[in-house]
Amino acid sequence: MERWARSSDFGPDDPVVLTVEGTHGPIIHAVTQAAAERGARAGSRLTDARAIDPALVAVPADPAGDEALLERLARWSGRWSPLVEVDGANALRLDVTGVAHLFGGERKLVADVQTRFAVAGLSTRVAMAPTAAAAWALAHYGDPTAVICGKDTGAKLADLPVAALRLPPGATRTLERLGLKTVGMLAGIERRSLARRFREADNPVDALDRALGRKPEPLTSVPTSRSPRALLKLEEPATHPEAPSQALERLIPDLVQQLQRRHLGARRLTLIGFRVDGSTAVASVATSIPSREPKHLQRLIADKAAALDPGFGFDAFALEASWAENLASAQDSLVEEPSGTREVARLVDRLSVKLGPDNVRRPQPHESHLPERASGWGPALEKAEPVCTPKSVRPQRMLDRPEAIAVVYATPEGVPRRFVWRRAVHDIARVEGPERIAPEWWRERSTARLRDYYRVEDQSGRRYWIYREGLIGDGRGGLPEWYMHGLFG
Amino acid sequence: MVGGLSLVAGGGSRAAEIHQLPSGLGERWHVPAPPSPTLSELFAASPRDAGWAGFLLAQADRTKPLLWVQDRMAIIESGRIYPPGLGGGELIHVETRDAKLALWAMEEGLRCSGLSGVIGELWGDPSALDFTATRRLAVAAERSRVPCWLVRLAGTANLSGARMRWRVASMPSIANPFDPRASGSPAWEAELFRARGHQPGRWGVAHEAGAFHLAAASGRGALGEVERLRA
Repeated sequence: MERWARSSDFGPDDPVVLTVEGTHGPIIHAVTQAAAERGARAGSRLTDARAIDPALVAVPADPAGDEALLERLARWSGRWSPLVEVDGANALRLDVTGVAHLFGGERKLVADVQTRFAVAGLSTRVAMAPTAAAAWALAHYGDPTAVICGKDTGAKLADLPVAALRLPPGATRTLERLGLKTVGMLAGIERRSLARRFREADNPVDALDRALGRKPEPLTSVPTSRSPRALLKLEEPATHPEAPSQALERLIPDLVQQLQRRHLGARRLTLIGFRVDGSTAVASVATSIPSREPKHLQRLIADKAAALDPGFGFDAFALEASWAENLASAQDSLVEEPSGTREVARLVDRLSVKLGPDNVRRPQPHESHLPERASGWGPALEKAEPVCTPKSVRPQRMLDRPEAIAVVYATPEGVPRRFVWRRAVHDIARVEGPERIAPEWWRERSTARLRDYYRVEDQSGRRYWIYREGLIGDGRGGLPEWYMHGLFG
Repeated sequence: MVGGLSLVAGGGSRAAEIHQLPSGLGERWHVPAPPSPTLSELFAASPRDAGWAGFLLAQADRTKPLLWVQDRMAIIESGRIYPPGLGGGELIHVETRDAKLALWAMEEGLRCSGLSGVIGELWGDPSALDFTATRRLAVAAERSRVPCWLVRLAGTANLSGARMRWRVASMPSIANPFDPRASGSPAWEAELFRARGHQPGRWGVAHEAGAFHLAAASGRGALGEVERLRA
């Protein structure tokens, strides 16, 4: 009502009602003070109100606009608390736990809220209570001035009508018929008899518990910003397999424009095709650096988009940058020559889309002495880490699983002389070692054995990295086994 | 490190005089290289011989990221590359199901001028690897000026569009000055059996202190033995 009043040319004393369309004609949505004095009530039919006073002026209401305003206010309310939720059609809920002292106490915080909303031209009813349900009840049905309550919540709620518990209208009516007019009267009834008479969803015991803090009621904060999204609606459902690709051509410039305006670059792109039968088909790709270059984005998602199954036909498409990062505008260079890192990032994107992110990887070193742990692999889409060069010599290639080999060696701890790997005999001409690597006892079982690594060279000059697992008589198993682990170049 | 063509002694395979080289490591040697980056094919003598990796890495430029593509069979049979052993420098590793995807990934990489090189390892003689495929790689490499090495494990040298074709095998390493029982700097027997604009040849080479050195001629292990006898 106040939003409308700000932008209309009716005076404050005109009897104006805002209406919405109901099943049986227009219904009054909100009324001015003057109209209320003439008998108009929100929720009644316009014809009924006109019967009382034919001079009423009816203006169609704008619920969508109200919603948008409320959401904007919710974001603006972030000044008081990081957790703000839109609650119903006309309320905001702020979690001010541990916040009040920043504004000089609870009373000052509430006063600040009231004055700031008043400056914005909106009247408010503010209540602060230990639970969200109690605050809602007090704000809607309590004292019109600000209410703050602490331990006396129960007492303050006692005088409120049962409607303050936000039960469904049916349940409220039943309670009123039973003569339970106030919350206090309801609280006096035995829980078990109440619980038996109502369904789970509209149980007054449940609502009472929430109001008095016996049951949790978490708060879902409004998202701070929507991800960039482009939408395309089709006149006719399209079943042609080319449809998603063609839609993409129209969606991408739109999305890129949005990204540009907000100085963002897409890290993940999702194309959603809405089918006529109410189902959706989704294609999604990720990039390694934020990008808003139309050609690159199109090339990434084109293959996946073409593979979307139209089913009974798509009637709408949405392209969303579901993960976007800041990207300042940049110019590569004066001539058309993109920088190397960006080129490589684009290559990684293309490879990852086709081969899967698990097959395109970058080295990801770990602090470990175990060779297979020391060099992990991480998806190339993520940030690269510098490879630390080890202090000792390491082979160029490693087998994914060490292969057992039969070795002739001088027991118990002598150097190897000859080994059989994959059914071929290798005579060892030169050997260097051992390099002893102890198991990581904090990670492995107590029976893990140490490894003695040898660099060996066979008669024809091929060089290998082999190890003996364990020692004779180390009490962790029988005779030590030998394994082939790496190949030197 | 990839210098121009400046062959030192012993371009041919009959090199009795090379046997008499004083120490082998005295002579600097440049890998015969094409005038501009292109596709080279490299045949490993055996899948269980990784000597070619050292030969290749010694020539590779590591200032920019290197794309290393391996097909699944190559990984199973002769191991996955191990970054700590490859020296510093950025690396992107691609594992593919088969040769066809590996060739696609290589070609995709060759279109990107931000790479310092593309290495692709293929196992056996896949049907996807025909003359057209290699020719495509060669053209892509020349266009974007990114060197490409196609490594063939357990493959036969059939028709190919590669500008240079090598066969590389390990050779007994140079004597280790600190420990006679341990192996020293790696040495390889490199055979250039087909090249455009180059004389084919066969060399024993070692790589030490950032440069290639002529180690021995065709006789396997010749210099290593000489060194050992001297030691």
